[in-house]
Amino acid sequence: MELHSLLIITVGAIFISNFVLARFLGICPYIGVSKQLDSAIGMGMAVIFVMSMASAVTWVIYTYFLAPVSSNLFFKILMKSHGSPPDLTYLRTISFILVIAALVQFVEMVIQKISPGLYRALGIYLPLITTNCAVLGVSILNIDAGYDFIQSLVNGFASGLGFTLALVLMAGIREKLELANVPKTIKGAPIAFIMAGCMSLAFLGFAGLKIG
Amino acid sequence: MSIVKEFTKGIYESNPIFRIMLGLCPTLAVSSSVNNAIGMGAAVIFVLVSSNFIVSLIRKFVPSKIRIPIFISVIATFVTIVDLVMAAFFPALHKALGIFIPLIVVNCIILGRAEAFASKNNIILSIADGFGMGVGFLLALVIIATFREILGNGTWLGIPIFGNSFKPVLLMILPPGAFFTIGFLIGFFNWIEHRRLAHR
Repeated sequence: MELHSLLIITVGAIFISNFVLARFLGICPYIGVSKQLDSAIGMGMAVIFVMSMASAVTWVIYTYFLAPVSSNLFFKILMKSHGSPPDLTYLRTISFILVIAALVQFVEMVIQKISPGLYRALGIYLPLITTNCAVLGVSILNIDAGYDFIQSLVNGFASGLGFTLALVLMAGIREKLELANVPKTIKGAPIAFIMAGCMSLAFLGFAGLKIG
Repeated sequence: MSIVKEFTKGIYESNPIFRIMLGLCPTLAVSSSVNNAIGMGAAVIFVLVSSNFIVSLIRKFVPSKIRIPIFISVIATFVTIVDLVMAAFFPALHKALGIFIPLIVVNCIILGRAEAFASKNNIILSIADGFGMGVGFLLALVIIATFREILGNGTWLGIPIFGNSFKPVLLMILPPGAFFTIGFLIGFFNWIEHRRLAHR
């Protein structure tokens, strides 16, 4: 039963409601970093890692610090379980974004240390993962969907995978597009959007997919 | 004079969506109806003006090394205000915009203006800049939503404009329609720009 729900989450996040093509999250890096296959793969890996980590960390923060349930640590320790648990859910946006910002800073330092080549290739887009709405988006979607810890982690990983799939496919198309004779007015970003529309159309086909 | 200039540059010359292409995620997601587009645009104008005001106010005390987390906290505070106010007074709109309300925090336009403009300029100019950029964003959203809602639903702001014989192109309010519309509109604005340069 548990495995079954994880499979549904995975297929759903990668194909049926793909982050880029169906939910419109993470469009800026999708258009910005998809000019070359190499940097697209690097960016995709960074996003998968950050999204999985962020899903796990924000789930813990929400469940143990913000949610008005009896397992809330503020309630247990500061209030010694007297009265009703405090409702701190209004701090969700601000606490999530600060945690994600710290996490991205950490990933940036690690990549700079391990692979300077990749660090140079990703350029300005690495710090920009902070403002990649896919990362904050997956954290909020996990909470809204009421996933438990494992489900959140799997959803974060699979959503990152779906993002990478769309990004890498797009980069492959755009490398070919460089050689094509595109009218001057729609060269660059406009043709990229039109290609994205075609890909989104193809992914709509997965909407009819039923599992289980 | 320069207040007017800072205000008007956001509307056409460096329009956040059509010219510098920032903040595209909410643009694509909420532009399926004009109603949602106006709600989103108004929320962004409020956050942009308020955060530009605060960032400009504190620009002399903020150490440059930790300025980004501070700016993000300021923005997140205003986004939380919008989120709660909208949930209380416009529950239907809040439900329609859904996850894209908290995601205003990571809208690149807002952090971009805080970093590139408000942290270097005085309060009056920063407010003018934020307001201009916000209005530019709202107008762009309404233009995109107009195409999508008329073609995809046969209505504008919920008012039917064709007779019953009109068969809506459902594709336009689905995700692919958003990509097509914005692609062609950016192409159109590029075309205008190319022609203007050619005439010189």
